[in-house]
Amino acid sequence: MADIAEINVDTLITDIASRVAERIESHGLADPAIIGIRTGGVWLAERLQTLLGMTGPVGELNIAFYRDDFSRIGIHPTVEPSQLPFAIDDRDLLLVDDILFTGRTIRAAMNEIFDYGRPRSITLIVLADRSGRELPIDANIYGTRITLEPDQHVKLLGPDPLRLEICATKP
Amino acid sequence: MLNSSGPIHCDSRFARPSPEHLDAHRPPLHRGAAALSYFRIRGPSRVISHDDIQVDDNGRLRHFLSIEHLPRELLVEILDHAEGFAVVGDRAVKKVPLLRGKTVVNLFFEPSTRTRTTFELAAKRLSADVLNLSIEASATRKGESLADTLSTLEAMQADMFVVRHQDSGAPEFIARQVAAGISVINAGDGSHAHPTQAMLDMFTIRRHKARFEGLIVAIVGDIAHSRVARSEIHALKTLGVEQIRVVGPRTLLPADVEQLGVKVFNSFDSGIDQADVVIMLRLQQERMQSALLPSGHEYFHTYGLTPARLKRAARDAIVMHPGPINRGIEIDSTVADGPQSVILQQVTHGIAVRMAVMSMTMGSHVPA
Repeated sequence: MADIAEINVDTLITDIASRVAERIESHGLADPAIIGIRTGGVWLAERLQTLLGMTGPVGELNIAFYRDDFSRIGIHPTVEPSQLPFAIDDRDLLLVDDILFTGRTIRAAMNEIFDYGRPRSITLIVLADRSGRELPIDANIYGTRITLEPDQHVKLLGPDPLRLEICATKP
Repeated sequence: MLNSSGPIHCDSRFARPSPEHLDAHRPPLHRGAAALSYFRIRGPSRVISHDDIQVDDNGRLRHFLSIEHLPRELLVEILDHAEGFAVVGDRAVKKVPLLRGKTVVNLFFEPSTRTRTTFELAAKRLSADVLNLSIEASATRKGESLADTLSTLEAMQADMFVVRHQDSGAPEFIARQVAAGISVINAGDGSHAHPTQAMLDMFTIRRHKARFEGLIVAIVGDIAHSRVARSEIHALKTLGVEQIRVVGPRTLLPADVEQLGVKVFNSFDSGIDQADVVIMLRLQQERMQSALLPSGHEYFHTYGLTPARLKRAARDAIVMHPGPINRGIEIDSTVADGPQSVILQQVTHGIAVRMAVMSMTMGSHVPA
């Protein structure tokens, strides 16, 4: 398990970028589009976009309307709406998020993406894969793995500089 | 990132104030004819207080009955949520699963096509099931009381009532009667309020003008009978525009209108001068029969929006109208179909704003 305080997010991103480049090559992903999940995922997607030398806009996904906890906590405070300013159909997508935890965000994000069209493939890229999965979802590429207690929570702070922080769940 | 284990203090998205009990303020049930007359005798000039019922103890919107007394933050929250819902309409699949499994009942005691269909579309785009009830044509004719109709709909496990009624205060009356888990949205009551129309107008203004501060807004026409004007004035005031003008003949302006904090103009030419936003109201033809007005032709001559009059407004002024429009009576076709008209955008924005209000009110029924 990595010590959060010692994690250099920039190094992780550089490492992730080179592995994404390899995967684009090995899987024959022609002209992939990159989509970040708001807010942390968008920061990462923008960095990766630059490192990979990709052109075109970065897609931004706000999964608030697709969350599975509306009946428990109601509508979420607003963040910027989703923006996917390119066609999804038959496109290879790189989906980027900061922390992969329960898997519910990714479930919601994939549902939303399919309301825009039918992509050819989705590759999931996360900065940190933490313990506590509740759905059968895994990242294709992750920067680091973190094991946390159930009452602990890790968050990406940013956008400049990007850093990971652990906080405790309210009792 | 989703969290499955409850609120955490490092993520503001999960920050909610302490729990509340929705049942606490439920009044005793006084249903039937006697209770109905309660709101019938309250005219639009009487102050109807919603603040105790519209917003819950945690500041969440529980019912949406009137703009009056709502804090600026809540109005801005509605507009911000509507921005998120507006993009849904541009997608291949114009639907989000937010209200899946909920039942929305459009309870229309007064005919309406535009408002009802946009509410219906808003509910459907949120994946709710929708029931359209035209009460005039339905049970009341068979002698069923409003209270019994409500009970029947509650027994069908409805989650929301969207109410249009010819009497001021009817939606509030219904909101006070329904079970704790049900939200009520006012889709226009008498000459009292039409809050979703006002908010879709605010949304349209914000999209074109970016900020409310410094704007001059002219509302033109039959102010006295217009629930739209009333709600707009409250919304514009709360959102902080520079000046609200009401323009119309004396017979169509309420006597105490200045108390609402507006500037009154009987001359259209002075009222429109340098205005950033011109909101034309529909002239209700039945007013002409009651001798409040001369002919439609004469009205157009004095209060119709023509290209020449529009030139007196600010160069980038936008022209709005809640519809349906009477061409050649309150507005010239050249203006209604012209480049400064945002009338059709208002219709589109109405769907997003109604989606926002529906989601916010339904989302208030969960533990804080």
